[in-house]
Amino acid sequence: MRVVEKSQLMSATEIDRTIQRLAHEIVEKTGGTTNLALIGIRRRGVPLAQRIAQAMRGIDGVDVPVGTLDITLYRDDLSMVAEQPVVQSSEITFGVDDKDLILVDDVLYTGRTIRAAMNGLFDLGRPRRVRLCVLIDRGHRELPIESTFIGRSVQTSDMEIIEVRLNEVDREERVMLVERVP
Amino acid sequence: MLGIEPLTAEQITFLLDQAKPLQQIQLHPLKKLATLRGKSAALAFFEPSTRTRISFATAAARMGADTMNLQAEASSLRKGESLLDTVRTLDAMKPDCIVMRHSSSGAPHFVAERIEIPVINAGDGTHEHPTQALLDALTIRDRRETLAGLNVTILGDVQHSRVARSNIQLLGKFGCRFTLCGPAMWLPRELECLAPPGSSIRRVARIEEALEGADVVLVLRVQQERHNEPALALDEYVLLYQLTPERLRRARPDALVLHPGPMVRGLEIDPAVADGPQSCVLEQVTNGLAVRMALLLVLMLGAPGDAKDAMKGFSDAAD
Repeated sequence: MRVVEKSQLMSATEIDRTIQRLAHEIVEKTGGTTNLALIGIRRRGVPLAQRIAQAMRGIDGVDVPVGTLDITLYRDDLSMVAEQPVVQSSEITFGVDDKDLILVDDVLYTGRTIRAAMNGLFDLGRPRRVRLCVLIDRGHRELPIESTFIGRSVQTSDMEIIEVRLNEVDREERVMLVERVP
Repeated sequence: MLGIEPLTAEQITFLLDQAKPLQQIQLHPLKKLATLRGKSAALAFFEPSTRTRISFATAAARMGADTMNLQAEASSLRKGESLLDTVRTLDAMKPDCIVMRHSSSGAPHFVAERIEIPVINAGDGTHEHPTQALLDALTIRDRRETLAGLNVTILGDVQHSRVARSNIQLLGKFGCRFTLCGPAMWLPRELECLAPPGSSIRRVARIEEALEGADVVLVLRVQQERHNEPALALDEYVLLYQLTPERLRRARPDALVLHPGPMVRGLEIDPAVADGPQSCVLEQVTNGLAVRMALLLVLMLGAPGDAKDAMKGFSDAAD
């Protein structure tokens, strides 16, 4: 199985612009940032959440708390994965009780990651509200989960993969549509 | 997982890294994960144990696994059944792993060669107690960042101590230097051969000298049940080998004091040390949960049959 690049969906500038827009949308729809907190899902949701928080500081002048969630322990396919799963730390230093939470991830696909993330969150307490923010929604849901804040919706086939590359993780900055070819 | 000896430093580091995020679970309001839901661990304790058994049972419960409990006092061993028959009976109830403690060194190895599922050694005779060494290492690493090159002083009955043996194996792989101190008959010269390559063991008679410059002090319990005759009177032991605040001052000011429990205050350790700021005794207990959760996760995940592949190097000398 080879993987070929089909097209670039976002450049570095477009990613930045999208993050600015998402930050504005969240502040606008929430009516401010009071009680708001962002939770980045490992790995690429983490830098995205941090960048959104930074953008919000520009809008509201307020530091919105950012946490990190590792969902390995909550996945429903652990016994199916080939390699030994590696658990990493979640770092959520604030109480989630009664918080208005935004889960942040790079790509929304089957919805299973988000299901796992919500299970993880509810082990920590009882948030007042949980919404989802993703850079790319590529469709093909297997669970009744939708995102409130979407950077861009992309029509994809099963054979296609969305590759989000972020400086903090990948040392490059772009979003690509690639295809698996047999 | 029969012992620390066959593991590499990389495998040990992997296990400790896996235990690290699981420490947080003990602080969650909701402590029960579903990660190992539907899996079960048989706890076969052929030797009395309270803390290790409770720790494994709690670790399994927090990972979402069920446990099957066998206790020697109530078991059919009393009725004459052999160890192998008892274990095969347990195995026929289809657990995903067996956690086993036995008073004979090597008993878990004997069992592991005869059944398919992973066996976790929860202490075998005077041989190894690998999860205790892992939780000690996690405790030290939390306070010291690294395990490399530490000066470790072990006080007491090293000869009969599986905790000491597993700790020497584990910390020795990271190049720690060991100083053993206790009554001479508990410190035979052969102990010096236990040091893994890159580490060293010396035996010292006077506790004051043994503690000089120590980074970690591991205090052992006087295991009166393993001695045919006492090495010396208990009041003499207190006088010569008890870890007191004055003696501890010989060690580095930030030296850590570890004890595997159960602790006998006023015998091997002065209460002022046991409750002092350098004591890690309760952290050790909490870290025991994280280490055992990590081990159960690593050993029990994977479809039936894949378990051995998934754990690769963690499966033991038996393969």
